[in-house]
Amino acid sequence: MSVPAGPYLTEDGRQIGDVLMEMKNITLKFGGVVAIKDISFDIREGEIRAIIGPNGAGKSSMLNVISGFYHPQEGEVWYKGSVRPAMKPFEVARQGVGRTFQNIALFEGMTVLDNVMTGRLTHMHASVWDQAIWWGKAEREEVFNRDQVEKVIDFLEIQAIRKTPVGRLPYGLKKRVELARALAAEPSLLLLDEPMAGMNVEEKEDMSRFILDVNDEFGTTIALIEHDMGVVMDLSDRVVVMDYGKKIGDGTPDEVRNDQAVIDAYLGVPHE
Amino acid sequence: MLYRTAGQFKTSYRADQALFPIKQDSFLLGIILICAWVVFPLTASEFTFQTILTPILIYSLAALGLNILTGFAGQLSLGTGAFMGVGAYACYKMITLMPWMNPVIAILLSGVFSAGVGVAFGIPSLRIKGFYLAIATLAAQFFLVWLFEKWSWLYNDNASGAIQVPNLDMFGLYVAGPQASSITQYYLVLIIVSLLTYVAINLTRGNLGRTWKATRDMDIAAELIGINLMKSKLTAFAVSSYIVGVSGALFVFMWRGAAEPNLFDIPLSFRVLFIAIIGGLGSIMGNYLGAILIVGLPVVLNTVPAALGIHIESALVEHLNIMIIGSLIIFFLIIEPHGLAQLWRLIREKLIIWPFPH
Repeated sequence: MSVPAGPYLTEDGRQIGDVLMEMKNITLKFGGVVAIKDISFDIREGEIRAIIGPNGAGKSSMLNVISGFYHPQEGEVWYKGSVRPAMKPFEVARQGVGRTFQNIALFEGMTVLDNVMTGRLTHMHASVWDQAIWWGKAEREEVFNRDQVEKVIDFLEIQAIRKTPVGRLPYGLKKRVELARALAAEPSLLLLDEPMAGMNVEEKEDMSRFILDVNDEFGTTIALIEHDMGVVMDLSDRVVVMDYGKKIGDGTPDEVRNDQAVIDAYLGVPHE
Repeated sequence: MLYRTAGQFKTSYRADQALFPIKQDSFLLGIILICAWVVFPLTASEFTFQTILTPILIYSLAALGLNILTGFAGQLSLGTGAFMGVGAYACYKMITLMPWMNPVIAILLSGVFSAGVGVAFGIPSLRIKGFYLAIATLAAQFFLVWLFEKWSWLYNDNASGAIQVPNLDMFGLYVAGPQASSITQYYLVLIIVSLLTYVAINLTRGNLGRTWKATRDMDIAAELIGINLMKSKLTAFAVSSYIVGVSGALFVFMWRGAAEPNLFDIPLSFRVLFIAIIGGLGSIMGNYLGAILIVGLPVVLNTVPAALGIHIESALVEHLNIMIIGSLIIFFLIIEPHGLAQLWRLIREKLIIWPFPH
């Protein structure tokens, strides 16, 4: 049941490659609180990797370590075959790690189009002078990137709202716009922090379809945190289970589902 | 009906992101530009130039500079007056040290000095935001005005402590000082203001503008999607202070003719901030609307009752002016935080569907 060590094809024919990102013995402390204790796992190219666990298990902290927002006290983050030095979050993003947020973090004063265009900023290089003059380089770049952004907008079926200010949109659409903004950056690794939180069944189905399509069409590697077990088990290739900052399980959905430690964590057993 | 947009289809992204994708907007802008470039200068009196046209343009430019920082990049500043002063004093020093210098070049260069000072005082914005940053810029306000007073080199050891604009000519035409005519100065101001407005529009609609707005709306998310917050905030301070500095140089050289340090004190900062707030934070056009209101209101209060035969004392006019502006600010903060620009946007939306509201 467990996955092979090297590249392989999944049952539905997707290519899973080598390790893209590897967390080695990560420990993260806030003062005396140990949020993450000595966790190691890897994310492989092309796979959908889920991180699950009860509330307060340290999942979001883990995602924040990956995106460079928190710096672990111990351990190393390996990305594309080399150790990642301590860097600012924006540098991590520029290396190709995109993400969405648990509580929607869109730029409310801007239109959907502007929000998604902001996602392209790592691909835009016109200098301040070029932009001030506009004619020429800045305009060409703007049109080119608009073209790329429109592809994402088409893909996520948000054409009708592209000129609407984000503040006016309902929750489900905001979540989709956030995904669009992350996708516009063409990330190699996409982190999704509870993409289905607060959604109804229909919206969850839509979002699941989009996640699968993104992975399928663009070959984007995805790491996601989600509480809806049905969704996690259906979508993901491999699952990491965390509880109280520790890793208690790691494997395919079937392996994890039948793991006694995982069952205990979710159903609750008295801690000695 | 007049504003109907139906049938105006875009077939390229270039057309879609044009400045004025709707024909009526370009038409309206055309009328405004013709008024500003031809009709007003031909018809205006000396009084109109000095009390309305030139100051409106200069205050609009100052508000535009502040708006880039506060409205677009979300960094509150109370030091606008002092940054205007830096521009004015820099221009004065350049003109007196290098009398051969072209006045327009000197004015445009003086913004570079205020941009430098603005960036220096913008460094705290990397750690603090909101009210606390406003206090930090307030420190700049007090410090710089103190410097204008105490550092006599700045005003060439003039006994009065003030700077006096000398007669400056460009290609045989006096452009500043007592001998310059108002219409020449108006045109010079108009050229510089138009140029900088064009630059500001381009910067705010492009990548840099989106970076600023993202910093304003949610800085943590902005950083996590790849925005260098330091660069974003400091470019906002630099561009904003540059425009404010140029407006300060215009303020003294093209309008006031002379300046004492306390001219750049906090009332000026607040005046510019009020223009930006009433006009609409985060809007370019709003600065003009706000300046027209704030500069125009006292003139209207002075002239209209007199023309109607009602006698109001000038002290009362002064008080009325303060009261009306004060209540307008409260009105806008409560009813329409996005200012006059947003009011125009709403009117425009209504006009587009008028007379069939559904």
